[in-house]
Amino acid sequence: MSVLPFLDVALALLVVGLAVWTIAARDLFASVVGYVAYGLLLALVWVRLYAPDVALTEAAVGSGVTGVLLITAGKRLGAARAGEAGPSPGLALKLFAGALALLVAGALVAIILILPDPAPSLAPQAAAAADGPGAGLGNPITAVLISYRSFDTMLEKVVLILAVLGVWSVGADKAWGAAPAPLGRRNPYGATVFLAQMLAPVGAVIGVHIFWVGADAPGGAFQGGALLAAMWMIAMMARITEPPRVDARWLRLALVAGPAVFLIAGLAGPLMAGSFFAFPHAFAKPIILFIEAFMLLSIAVALPALVAGPPNGRSE
Amino acid sequence: MSPWVLAGLVGAALVGLGLYGLILHPHPLRKLLAFNLIGSGVFLVFGIVARRGAAAGFSFDPIPQAMVITGIVVAFAASALAVALILRLHAESGRVTLDPEAWTKPDDGAAKS
Repeated sequence: MSVLPFLDVALALLVVGLAVWTIAARDLFASVVGYVAYGLLLALVWVRLYAPDVALTEAAVGSGVTGVLLITAGKRLGAARAGEAGPSPGLALKLFAGALALLVAGALVAIILILPDPAPSLAPQAAAAADGPGAGLGNPITAVLISYRSFDTMLEKVVLILAVLGVWSVGADKAWGAAPAPLGRRNPYGATVFLAQMLAPVGAVIGVHIFWVGADAPGGAFQGGALLAAMWMIAMMARITEPPRVDARWLRLALVAGPAVFLIAGLAGPLMAGSFFAFPHAFAKPIILFIEAFMLLSIAVALPALVAGPPNGRSE
Repeated sequence: MSPWVLAGLVGAALVGLGLYGLILHPHPLRKLLAFNLIGSGVFLVFGIVARRGAAAGFSFDPIPQAMVITGIVVAFAASALAVALILRLHAESGRVTLDPEAWTKPDDGAAKS
């Protein structure tokens, strides 16, 4: 008898237990730490669903970068304790919220148990996108993201740029153009600096590797870009480097490079292959890797910009 | 019970837990965390749709999985925007409450223009 079913149940209990902790913890910091651990374990659940690409994204973006974002936000709020946010809700509201949550979760369980059999699937179309003549991508997820659903992926990069614009616009008027507040403390711990010096170069190489193998194996521009972004943020936390000024031209060019190259390649589709966002079969793989390289750059710049927040007029 | 049913039940539990926290936590950052729990529960339910759609030689349906990857990144972007708004609210007013009644009290005096 295999041990895998027991591991699955244990993993499920751990994930739900950490989710309960995230909701129930008294302290914001404890709650965020629980959320980061929860995200890493959730990545293992994704591995069990044969979704290593999603697992990499969940671990890097859903758990890691979101954790940094929330911890940084908690520090910047500083003195604002949970009690100041308002009175605790009364018993009636608690009962109502509990009943509503049970109702929604129960309805979802019922739907999951009566899902149609056999399940509908778009896998044959994805296989066609991955194995089209000349494309030859071993990773069907990358083929779906850049070829089959290319328009979605391009617009998602536009959403990232809009989010960066939104975050920057929230800053005070007189701070416009300045750099965001530093991510780390004024005198970083020696261990933080050592970690950044040792980890960041290795992590950057692994990030580029994950992007490069993404055509044929789990990985891709999202996961590699998130790893590069994390390495840059570690360096910023150790104060080895500072967040760039939001009016820096290189920053803005890097932000728009991914969607711009993607859009130009898509607009060239009608000339090269006969339709919008179509790639000629003979060159599909090099074109897809070329587009992904610029998307990697955009993601690696956009995620730290989102975490660093709006421009801040003060120097410290 | 097959792994995908188990993962689906976890997803449903996460949506319920997140909804509970979203309604009850007064602190906006805690609400944001709870909202992210709902999001990952929804992704997980979508993930079992991908797992069940195994066909054409794959052990999963790549299209829902690719959409989940897109969704995780967009969810992060939206969270970052929400954090920026919360921090700005705190910088402007010195408070982090979302309680509408707290803003209408005449003696607050903390709001700066």
